[in-house]
Amino acid sequence: MIENLTEIFTSPHYRNTLPFIVRGLQLTLIVTFTGVFFGFILGSIFGLARLSKSKIIYGIATVYIELVRGTPILVQALFLYFAVSDFFGINFDALTAGIIAIAINAGAYIAEIVRGGVESIDKGQMEAGRSIGLSSTQTMRYIIWPQAFKRMIPPLGNQFIISLKDTSIFAVISLGEVTYLMRQYVSTSGDPFIPYIMLCFAYLIITVPAMIILRRIERRLDV
Amino acid sequence: MIKVTDLHKSFGKVEVLKGIDAEIKEKEVVCVIGPSGSGKSTFLRCINLLEEITAGDIVIDGESLTDPKIDINKLRSQVGMVFQHFNLFPHMTVLKNVTLGPLKVKDLSNEEAEKLSLDLLGKVGLSDKAHVYPGSLSGGQKQRVAIARALAMSPKVMLFDEPTSALDPELVGDVLEAMKDLAKEGMTMVVVTHEMGFAREMGDRVLFMDEGVVMEEGPPENIFDNPQHPRTQEFLSKIL
Ligand SMILES: Nc1ncnc2c1ncn2[C@@H]1O[C@H](COP(=O)(O)OP(=O)(O)OP(=O)(O)O)[C@@H](O)[C@H]1O
Ligand SMILES: [Mg+2]
Repeated sequence: MIENLTEIFTSPHYRNTLPFIVRGLQLTLIVTFTGVFFGFILGSIFGLARLSKSKIIYGIATVYIELVRGTPILVQALFLYFAVSDFFGINFDALTAGIIAIAINAGAYIAEIVRGGVESIDKGQMEAGRSIGLSSTQTMRYIIWPQAFKRMIPPLGNQFIISLKDTSIFAVISLGEVTYLMRQYVSTSGDPFIPYIMLCFAYLIITVPAMIILRRIERRLDV
Repeated sequence: MIKVTDLHKSFGKVEVLKGIDAEIKEKEVVCVIGPSGSGKSTFLRCINLLEEITAGDIVIDGESLTDPKIDINKLRSQVGMVFQHFNLFPHMTVLKNVTLGPLKVKDLSNEEAEKLSLDLLGKVGLSDKAHVYPGSLSGGQKQRVAIARALAMSPKVMLFDEPTSALDPELVGDVLEAMKDLAKEGMTMVVVTHEMGFAREMGDRVLFMDEGVVMEEGPPENIFDNPQHPRTQEFLSKIL
């Protein structure tokens, strides 16, 4: 115990893990940004589909959203990386699989954010747009979407943070993001305590400022 | 200008409009009065196809709204609508609110659309508000912007659904004034209103609606001073 305490001050692992953190975080951020970007596109499409009058379009969107939200992202990643590639004989690398998994996963949650955002806009806005002769697509584009998007920013920011943390499970598909690299470091050094503390900090260094910025934006949007 | 024949409208099993016949001539100002829930708003919304017509027909300027080939967007651009709750676009300046239609539907250039819109804002007395957002306007100012926005499409007819009901009493006058100017210029107008003074002064005709039908209609002096139908008498005795 005493030895362990002195280790806190003298451990070489602080410094030695740094290159892994820098390298791993880069990949973590690439997967998160790219994944959430495509997730936003998917989410916008399926979120609007959930508002469709067509039962078929609504049904397809609902199935997608519930399938994704009803299964763990770990299982989705395993399914994509091992099952799909085996079954269809497509060879994704881990990076592609990770990005696709985040996109599909975040897409389902973002779809609900989009639906909620659009539904929160007063019906009178659509009617006013239509009454001056805009088509429903034009009304969506110029009137509903800009207002809805503003309301979607806080939950989208939350989803970004969730997805960022979700990328840690890609350690199981050997995607070399920060959690994977740190696990490797621990297995070779045999010393888990400080490296895993460093891993926590690696995430916090991104998530805490993200949450602070988000709260600021939220406050500004309120006014 | 507008001919309504045996118009029916149901929401699910509930029939709200039960056979309305009405004709609105060019340059005529028709006021629609009646108790809450009688279907006045629904009637106006059918004229603008904001509600699907269940049965019957509405013909505007020779075009039938039930014709499947009709271009709904074009028709709507020719029928201006002013809502009780204004429904301005809060994320756009007052000027943008008014130019949007001319830009996107009439395909005017930026300069043309702005000139037109500034003219109209001037007409409703709001030139100095062109570059502010609707959030900073009073209700009366918002409603006048909404009128300018509808006018920017050069509609053949303007529909008003209780345009002053959401306003503080001291703000009603400005909006009514803008509507009077419009009527004097010869705009065809259908106005659902509780402002009996306006109906009496500006209305060429008053329709009294109750339970989804037009119970009585005629010139304002007949309806207000000498109502024939017991329901009209009852309604007027309650509000006057
Ligand atoms: N979208 C809708 N779905 C179901 N019922 C509706 C809908 N819109 C209106 N109604 C019903 O239709 C009836 C007539 O409504 P409408 O709004 O036309 O009345 P109104 O004469 O304008 O009343 P008010 O003076 O209160 O505005 C009401 O009973 C209302 O509940
Ligand atoms: Mg009404």
